[in-house]
Amino acid sequence: MLAAKIDPELAQRVESLIAAQTANLKAADVVELVRAVLHSMDGDLSAAHLALHSELAGLVRYIKEIKSEVAALKPVQIAEEHIPTATNELDAIVEATEEATHAIMEAAEAIETVAAKLEGEVTETLADATTRIYEACSFQDITGQRIRKVVGALKAIEGKVEHLLAAFGEEGAGAPANASRAAPANPSGADPDKNLLHGPQLPQDAKKQDEIDALFKSA
Amino acid sequence: MAVDKNMNILIVDDYKTMLRIIRNLLKQLGFNNVDEATDGSAALQKMRDGNYGLVISDWNMEPMTGLQLLKEVRADNKLKATPFIMVTAESKTENVIAAKEAGVSNYIVKPFNAATLKSKLVGVIGDF
Repeated sequence: MLAAKIDPELAQRVESLIAAQTANLKAADVVELVRAVLHSMDGDLSAAHLALHSELAGLVRYIKEIKSEVAALKPVQIAEEHIPTATNELDAIVEATEEATHAIMEAAEAIETVAAKLEGEVTETLADATTRIYEACSFQDITGQRIRKVVGALKAIEGKVEHLLAAFGEEGAGAPANASRAAPANPSGADPDKNLLHGPQLPQDAKKQDEIDALFKSA
Repeated sequence: MAVDKNMNILIVDDYKTMLRIIRNLLKQLGFNNVDEATDGSAALQKMRDGNYGLVISDWNMEPMTGLQLLKEVRADNKLKATPFIMVTAESKTENVIAAKEAGVSNYIVKPFNAATLKSKLVGVIGDF
C-alpha cells in the first residue's frame, strides 16, 4: 500500500500519526506531515504518485479553508468576550434578585410584627398574606439554580470553542484562558453521587410534592 | 410526648434568601431557636458542637452536598438519630430514592408552601 511506495521513514510517521489520533490532533501536524510526504515525492512523476500528490495537495488546501472559516468565527472573541459577558450578566441577575428578595422579606417581616399587635380577622388576613409573600420569595433560590445551569452550559460551550481553537487556530492563540474560570475543584474529593446534581427540572417535567410523597413512601 | 417548640433547629442552604424564608415560616409555627449554615461541612461542625433536634437541609451545595451531609450525620454515633428533612429542587426519582436509602426522614420539593412544611415536620417530629 502506501508504505511500499513512499520513503519508509515517512510511512512510519503516517502510521504513528494515525495511531495517535486523538481529539488533540492538530491540523497543523497533519499539514506538516502532508508537506513532508509531498516533498519526498518531488521529482517522481509516476501516475500513482501524481494522483497521490494531487490528493494530498487537496487535503492541505482543505485544511487551510477550515482554518480560515474557523478564524472567521472569531473563536477567541467567543471565549474571551461573549461568554464572559454572558456569565457576568447572569451573576449580576442572581445578585440583584437576592438583594430585592431580602428587601421584600424585610418589609413583610415588619408587617408581621405589627400584625401581631392587632386582633381578630385583620391579624389572620395579614398573617396569611405575609406567609404567601415568604412562599413566593423562594423564586430567587430556584431562578438562581436555573441560572447556575445556564452558566454551566456556557462554560461547556467555551470549553469546546477553546478545543476548536487548539486544533485549528494559530499557534499560541486560544491557550486555555479558562483555567481560572474552570468549575471549582471539589476539595472533599470525588463525589460518587455527583451525577445526582440535576438542579430544578423544567416545569413540564418537574415532579410535584404529591408525586414525591408517593415515591418516598414506596422507595 | 409533646413536641418541644424550644428545640434547636439547624437549617442548611447555600441561598441566604431560602434560609430567611424557612426561618420565618418556622417562626410562624412557633419555633424560634433556629441556626443557619450555608454548606454541609459548616453544618456538620455545628451539629457536632451543638444539640439539634432537627435538621432541614438543601441538597445542591458545595463543597459538601446535602446528601453527603445526611450520610455523615447517619454515620456519626452522636448524630445518627437526628431527624433530617431534605428541602430541595432535586425532584427526579433517583434523587428521592437515594435520599431515602441514605436515611432521610422526609423530603420536600421546592417550591413548597407553608402547609407542606408543617405537615412534613409533623410527620417527623410529631403533632403540634
